[in-house]
Amino acid sequence: MSTVSALPEQRTPIRPARVLLHVFLAGTALAWLAPLLWAIFSALRPYSETSNRGYVSWPHTLNLDNFTNAFEQSDMTHYFMNTLVIAVPAVLLTLFLSSMVAFYVSRFDFRVNLFLLLVFTAGNLLPQQVIITPLYRMYLLTNLPGITASGKLYDSALGLVLIHVAFQSGFCAFVLANYMRSLPHELTEAALVDGASVWRLYWQITLPLCKPAMAALATLLSIWIYNDFFWALVLISTGENMPITSALNNLSGQYFTDPNLVAAGSLLTAIPTLLVYFALQKQFVSGLTLGSAKG
Amino acid sequence: MPPPGRASEKKRIQRGHRRLLTRRDRITLAFMAGVPTVLHVLLVWVTALASILLAFTSWDGIGFDSIKWVGLDNFKQLFTDNPQFWPAVEHNVIWFVVLILIPTPFGLFLAVQLDKKIRFSRVYQTAFFLPVVISLACIGFVWQLIYNPDTGLINSLIGANKPGHYIDWIGDPNLNLWAVLVAASWRHTGYMMILYLAGLKSVDPSLREASALDGANEWQTFKNVIFPTLRPTNTIVLVVTIIEALRAFDLVFVFNKGAQGTELLSILVTNNIIGESSRIGYGSAIAVVLLFISLIVIIPYLIATFRKERSA
Repeated sequence: MSTVSALPEQRTPIRPARVLLHVFLAGTALAWLAPLLWAIFSALRPYSETSNRGYVSWPHTLNLDNFTNAFEQSDMTHYFMNTLVIAVPAVLLTLFLSSMVAFYVSRFDFRVNLFLLLVFTAGNLLPQQVIITPLYRMYLLTNLPGITASGKLYDSALGLVLIHVAFQSGFCAFVLANYMRSLPHELTEAALVDGASVWRLYWQITLPLCKPAMAALATLLSIWIYNDFFWALVLISTGENMPITSALNNLSGQYFTDPNLVAAGSLLTAIPTLLVYFALQKQFVSGLTLGSAKG
Repeated sequence: MPPPGRASEKKRIQRGHRRLLTRRDRITLAFMAGVPTVLHVLLVWVTALASILLAFTSWDGIGFDSIKWVGLDNFKQLFTDNPQFWPAVEHNVIWFVVLILIPTPFGLFLAVQLDKKIRFSRVYQTAFFLPVVISLACIGFVWQLIYNPDTGLINSLIGANKPGHYIDWIGDPNLNLWAVLVAASWRHTGYMMILYLAGLKSVDPSLREASALDGANEWQTFKNVIFPTLRPTNTIVLVVTIIEALRAFDLVFVFNKGAQGTELLSILVTNNIIGESSRIGYGSAIAVVLLFISLIVIIPYLIATFRKERSA
């Protein structure tokens, strides 16, 4: 693979191989962060300075003006709220529905369960573009007067919530079914013998035991749904109704001539995901590797 | 994946479960499995099937009675008349080949290094993984700051940022696919690293010790002992990478909307919807090509996964 991995591990106090490895890893890590650091650097500089002195130049002024301008000019609060209105119900509903399917599949062998799980998992692996043309037509043809502002599923937060739930529940059902299968069967068996209802078995006995998996999935789903670009791009027509990630595309058009402002604007949209990631890093990574089969 | 329980005992318990169910329980269960299934099947599978059916029709989308059966016309037109179709197929293939040949082995390499219980491992991991967390749309804008012909980092550094000397990383059809693939690989590396790190954690440490006792060096141990035990991870990595290559969309759309040089199947489908002339049957035909390729990958993978689960 390369020289570093070929070096034998040494057990002496000074380990040149380790030092070399650290130098290599630190250098690569820095290179990996470089594009983001460059974006931050550009965003901190006023446009007038970079246009006069060039982008690769020693900074004279560094301030947060671009960030405040990008935030205020494009009314980002509004788009963050749009995302919130879509993401929160979508995450909760996905977890609720997929845990019910997982419970059914893992506790009651009605023979169809493997097939059911197959349908859910396969559906989740499809590229979104495979289904978008009929989905778009279906959303246009579904009239919901009085329920959504647009009177249709198209161009509504409800439509986005539904497709997120339908698409993501496949992955979550797969992960949760595996998780529930590893829980001791004696628990639910004893409760059933005692006369507990199926609903109690699910809600009061199984779900509380799935907290770690649910937390991991909730973190993962929040970031995925927040980061979604495609569904909203096609299924939302009014710019005002777009969630923040898709709105970014329009917003960048407004301040197209000022790359520093574009940098600041796009970095602002990354902040919520980064906060969630740093706060819940363990959950995120464990969620990702729990099921793994996710594009 | 948590290990599935012992098979025979599981069956006994499940049979026991079933006998204890009341009528209300059965209704509850039907509801619990039914509601999510209906939603998922309706929005994902019915639409996928509709894609296949619509691919053989021509429809203006206004009334159902205007749907006309046209047989293979859409496909004929797609394969012979569309100047964007074959480039798009080629670019999707290139996308996969690049991802599997460069960032995937590199992600594995980083995972092997980070698995050595070294100090600051978490810090390094965070740096490599950061691009996976950020939205692809945001990544597209960040890399534009590097590739812009007049204001971008690369051209500023090599002095190609003056009019007449531009290297157009985003517009030039000979360059733009490779430019966008650098950004895609940048992100893919971290993803692969995390998958391989999880795989490496499950490798039995005694294997490593035994190999070391036999006098194998680190590379030999990796090649002969560790890598073969990573087989399940390799399968997942392969499937994830193929699916990523077929799904590639956001980055290219933000970059240059899939203009000449960066056409992809996903872009063609989308442009057919949000573009000026929306041809439903024709767009569905492109989607069917995408579906067909996806299923070639998805079906064997799922069969293997679930067969393993059933026998366990």
